Amino acid sequence: MNSLKLDENQLIENFEAKLAKNEMIEPKDWMPEQYRKHLIRQISQHAHSEIIGMQPEGNWITRAPSMRRKMVLLAKVQDEAGHGLYLYSAAESMGISREEMLYQLHTGAAKYSSIFNYPTLTWADMGAIGWLVDGAAIMNQVMLQRTSYGPYSRAMVRICKEESFHQRQGYEIMTVLAAGTPAQKEMAQDALNRWWWPSLMMFGPRDEESPNSAQAIKWKIKRETNDQLRQRFVNQTVPQVEKIGLIVPDKDIKWNDAKNGYDFGEINWDEFWTVVKGNGPCNKTRIAAKIKSHEEGAWVREAANAHAAKINKNKAA
Amino acid sequence: MSQNNSLFNYILKIADNQLILGHRLSEQSSKGPFLEEDIACSNIALDLIGAANSLYIYAASIQGENKTEDDLVFLRSERDYKNVLLVEQPNTDFAFLMLRQFLFDTYDFYFQQALLNSKDETLAAIAAKTLKESTYHLRHSGNWMIRLGDGTTESAMRLKNAMNQLWCFIDELFEQDETEIALVAQGIAVDSNAIKAQFDNHVASIMQNAGMDIPTNIFMQKGGKQGVHTEHLGFLLAEMQYVHRSFPGVKW
Repeated sequence: MNSLKLDENQLIENFEAKLAKNEMIEPKDWMPEQYRKHLIRQISQHAHSEIIGMQPEGNWITRAPSMRRKMVLLAKVQDEAGHGLYLYSAAESMGISREEMLYQLHTGAAKYSSIFNYPTLTWADMGAIGWLVDGAAIMNQVMLQRTSYGPYSRAMVRICKEESFHQRQGYEIMTVLAAGTPAQKEMAQDALNRWWWPSLMMFGPRDEESPNSAQAIKWKIKRETNDQLRQRFVNQTVPQVEKIGLIVPDKDIKWNDAKNGYDFGEINWDEFWTVVKGNGPCNKTRIAAKIKSHEEGAWVREAANAHAAKINKNKAA
Repeated sequence: MSQNNSLFNYILKIADNQLILGHRLSEQSSKGPFLEEDIACSNIALDLIGAANSLYIYAASIQGENKTEDDLVFLRSERDYKNVLLVEQPNTDFAFLMLRQFLFDTYDFYFQQALLNSKDETLAAIAAKTLKESTYHLRHSGNWMIRLGDGTTESAMRLKNAMNQLWCFIDELFEQDETEIALVAQGIAVDSNAIKAQFDNHVASIMQNAGMDIPTNIFMQKGGKQGVHTEHLGFLLAEMQYVHRSFPGVKW
């Protein structure tokens, strides 16, 4: 009993020594069970967000107003599916199967980013999502390129490259709309009004109310807090809004010399928790659509497996 | 009909097939049976729409009058679209949409291969790029035919149903009107009759591997190439065009 305990202590010590030296933890390395659990939760949630995020944007592929916009949007949605794939693979390297993760998503046991529980109502929403939602996601993801788990960090390096392209195309959509006819500009402002606050909510609860943050920072999974990232996003985005002649939908936005950043108004945390708890405008339809395509695809997966099994059997014979 | 007009209409026929099929496939984005297949279908949809786009840009340049590819896509109505009926058929199940892909991919592979020899250099150049894509599209949908035909009783039954529904649109792929025949004579257009045997052979060989019979005694439907479509196309265009048409003349 004693020797086992000693071994475990030694393992923890080695693990922490690696983190202290900023070395990556790799799939075959020993890791504390809580570290594994935390990462499975975070990576699968991230993967699910990419996958559910395909829906609000996929919603506009068939209606995109020009060929160029249509092709870019289709490519973007395809990129998101690809990100989901890397991330599921990164999570699988920690010993959870894709089926298990999908089951958790479909049954509500696993969460995904709440932002995708808002509806995409006009073409300008494609601009706002690329610019604000991908912009907010990048803040997190740039940090996660230095996360302590190797496969997650490497997936992030690749994802960040594509996300920054997504953000630029979103801002470009908004720039063109804002410089267009009054009706187009109004469409852009309306989209900004609807997506601004949910984008700020993407960084999660305030630091003092974020129970997992301290541990995640200790393990170098996260390297900055929710509030730090949110502040950086506001600092970066407000000048972008002003540059294209739109208005930030927050009367409390004000430059603060002392903190070298913008002060901004209070987020509606009731709305945040309402959506997190499953009562946002689209929580039910997003999951229902996901389950529907999964169930409708069951016979296709069965057919593919049955055919593969026959081929393998013939090879073996 | 002037030479330019004939060429313009011929390019539109090719482009409309690619666009409408790409549109149908893009409707499936995020609805695939599993993630890898979702990515594959989105990718193929993007190839098809991209190929259409190159062709529309070329057609617009022939049309002149400062027309663009978007004018051709968003401002033509049902009767102006000249795609074949096969590609506008709405998605039902995966067997149906993958068979629709396979039948078109087979046609398109031999079509693009023949178009490489077109005396029209732009068409030949676009075909060279498209053929690379058509090659893997055909491999992808052909593999699915075998998986579905050989997989389970249910998948074979679904594929058979799809065959019975889609086979009636095959002959139209090879139909030629007088202007097209004239372009064939000039070495510009593909002689569809000449690729029919290749189409038949490839479909027969894949379907044999899939354990599927090819339907016989099916009445063949036509009309798309004359702009006489099934009722489905109007809804597709309504959805595709409404934003563009709601804000006439603006930039996007």
